[in-house]
Amino acid sequence: MANFYTDTPELKHHLNHPLMRRIVELKERNYADKDKYDYVPMDFEDAMDSYDRVLEIVGELCGDIIAPNAEGVDHEGPTVAKGRVTYASGTQANLDAARKAGLMGMAMPRRFGGLNFPIVPYIMAADIVSRADAGFENLWGLQDCAETLYEFGNEDQHQRFLTRVCQGETMSMDLTEPDAGSDLQSVMLKATYDEKENCWRLNGVKRFITNGDSDIHLVLARSEEGTHDGRGLSMFIYDKRDGGVDVRRIENKMGIKGSPTCELVYKNAKAELCGDRKLGLIKYVMALMNGARLGIAAQSVGLSQAAYNEALAYARDRKQFGKAIINFPAVYDMLSAMKAKLDASRALLYETARFVDVYKALDDIARERKLTPEERQEQKKYAKLADSFTPLAKGMGSEYANQNTYDCIQIHGGSGFMKDYTCERLYRDARITSIYEGTTQLQTVAAIRYVTTGAYLAQIRTYEAAACAPGLESLKVRLKEMADKFEAATARVNELKDQEFQDFVARRLVEMAAFTIMGHLLVQEATTAPELFTRSANVYVRYAEAEIGKHADFIAKFRPEDLESYRKQ
Amino acid sequence: MSLKIVVLAKQVPDTRNVGKDAMTAEGTVNRSALPAIFNPEDLNALEQALRLKDRHPGSTVTILTMGPGRAASIIREGLFRGADGGYLLTDRAFAGADTLATSYALSMAIRKIKDYDIIIGGRQAIDGDTAQVGPQVAEKLGLTQITYAEEILNVDEAARRITVKRHIDGGVETVEGPLPIVVTVNGSAAPCRPRNAKLVQKYKYALTPTEKAQEAPAHPELYDQRPYLNLVEWSVADVEADLAQCGLSGSPTKVKTIQNIVFQAKESKTLSGSDADVEGLIVELLANHTIG
Repeated sequence: MANFYTDTPELKHHLNHPLMRRIVELKERNYADKDKYDYVPMDFEDAMDSYDRVLEIVGELCGDIIAPNAEGVDHEGPTVAKGRVTYASGTQANLDAARKAGLMGMAMPRRFGGLNFPIVPYIMAADIVSRADAGFENLWGLQDCAETLYEFGNEDQHQRFLTRVCQGETMSMDLTEPDAGSDLQSVMLKATYDEKENCWRLNGVKRFITNGDSDIHLVLARSEEGTHDGRGLSMFIYDKRDGGVDVRRIENKMGIKGSPTCELVYKNAKAELCGDRKLGLIKYVMALMNGARLGIAAQSVGLSQAAYNEALAYARDRKQFGKAIINFPAVYDMLSAMKAKLDASRALLYETARFVDVYKALDDIARERKLTPEERQEQKKYAKLADSFTPLAKGMGSEYANQNTYDCIQIHGGSGFMKDYTCERLYRDARITSIYEGTTQLQTVAAIRYVTTGAYLAQIRTYEAAACAPGLESLKVRLKEMADKFEAATARVNELKDQEFQDFVARRLVEMAAFTIMGHLLVQEATTAPELFTRSANVYVRYAEAEIGKHADFIAKFRPEDLESYRKQ
Repeated sequence: MSLKIVVLAKQVPDTRNVGKDAMTAEGTVNRSALPAIFNPEDLNALEQALRLKDRHPGSTVTILTMGPGRAASIIREGLFRGADGGYLLTDRAFAGADTLATSYALSMAIRKIKDYDIIIGGRQAIDGDTAQVGPQVAEKLGLTQITYAEEILNVDEAARRITVKRHIDGGVETVEGPLPIVVTVNGSAAPCRPRNAKLVQKYKYALTPTEKAQEAPAHPELYDQRPYLNLVEWSVADVEADLAQCGLSGSPTKVKTIQNIVFQAKESKTLSGSDADVEGLIVELLANHTIG
């Protein structure tokens, strides 16, 4: 009887952000669809009400079905026989329920049967689902692939494939190979053109493919014979109905056990090109990964929420030395930090999702008509913000999910080490979030350029100019000092012009930016919803300030020659 | 060929989550302290109806509910899950009805609906737990009834026969009956499907005439453009019911007194687990009919 949406008022607060008015206006094209379909919003209030109601369905599904199934799914897991995957029974039940609730294809246009929802409510659904079962979020979240197919496929492909996704068929993105993980330029799966059949043929092996037995695959393959880098790769669509791809094995993983991770063998599998040749990696997969990274950021936040809820319930219930352990400073220190990190990473998640929403909606409009100069400027501004914030949201969110699930076990003490409590599953499930869709280290690589070019600092200075509630001014002062420290550290690294030194301290610099940004976001949330966020704003800014001080000290005192002690032995 | 299915549904206080203020000092249910929900077994019934609709394209599922004005939300809940329409039987004269008066009112409404193949409802409602209304409706309409259904296995439209798996003591049996028929469904049957995202958006503005008058809807123009948003309200007069058989006056059930019962153990005894003690316990439990 639980509802994972309505029991967490922070979610609705994020849904109701002022920028949503612009997002809905762009997404709904001034409500032009309202006479074409019977489920279309009439105006902004109507649209927001629909998002709220649909998220209530998601929350109920998660509370009543997906969360109760999670433990069974973790124990049972998927199986493979004769090249085909069978999901755990709970996973199958979850998928059936999600389909019946009409929640597949949430962000797809209505002409394919989708709900035409913005990214914000879609990502919120991912956040809620992950709290219930992070492994199931992978199957749910692969709806993202449809977004890429929509952006780069042609109208005929849209009609044939997107309609199926909206009816509940699942997708996968087949990128990784045994020798191409972080380095996707090395992908070797061979694509050859079959002149006789007038189609492409795929041959080779893919590894670590989430939901690899899906109905519709997006496949990265080498279409240009003799090439060895990213420029020889194209993206293909493989339809399971055509056959030719078998699952050789599924991995025995530490966590997210309900999500089948497959090794795939392509034997002359029929496929069709998506978009243009040679743009597979450099354009399409990069877009695909950005969407997927936002999904993992949501998965991380959902896990942080689950970890916080479990820890809080246990700390209230467990008595030692004659009182509930939540009353001990050592415990409430941990709990308040967990909540602060949860609220901070969630604020960053939705800020990023809004940026993505604005520029993607404008991109979509640009397919129908020329954008006005103002719109083009707006598109550029938000695209840049989205690109710079996505690696922060994924990188920081996933690290916090790991920290929070770790602390969740710590609060459970010895009991947390036993298989009897949910916290051990959360801990195992969280571990992958800072690894897949680009490790935290790779998020740093994506983010560092926005440090050195001053993009983060400019955005931080914009936040500084925003008004805040009177009681929060002292936090703003401290945030200003933190930004100054970040600026000084960046200046030192830029001045030294030493690439290895910059790479070495990159993560610290990126974290300094992220800490300051999340601090500002929480001050803003606490201004509009003091009852929900004031505590976390107070806790988080203090925590972030200490972390920034530590990084600032490290960078200020570090000399490039000190690297000698660190380099490979 | 398609089926016309009427689902009997009731809005009930959620007695599964009873708090300390669930009862008033007078011993009646404090409805304001308990959320009003779709009676759980009626949801199981709705799912059976929707499955028939899935298997028999063109079929319609109509919700029939009796209650105060706010019971219209039960019809909307049904629409959100796949029902096609609904009727709210509401009138001050229906108030205070026991099972006899309720089944009378429902049967009169069903007569007015006229065209039906299957009437399906939950076994019982969680506020009264009588399990009488379904069978009484069948009797009043002169229809066959199949109670305690677990699953409707098949409907043969040509032969006008229905096959139902029903729960019996210690097992299940499969029975067949003629259409039209009344079926009551157990809580152990398949749970109801979730609300559907598109249907919620399609029907969220569906209102009864009374609600429209009270709420000043945001988009009044919709009710002419989209007839399905107009939920039907029926009064005693609308279903041509006899006032004497409705509500309190039609209800022979009289509550004599209400007692607040507090369960507590008055005595305890310790059994050792020896053969003699265990045998003694079995004899005692058999004697007071706790087991056997």
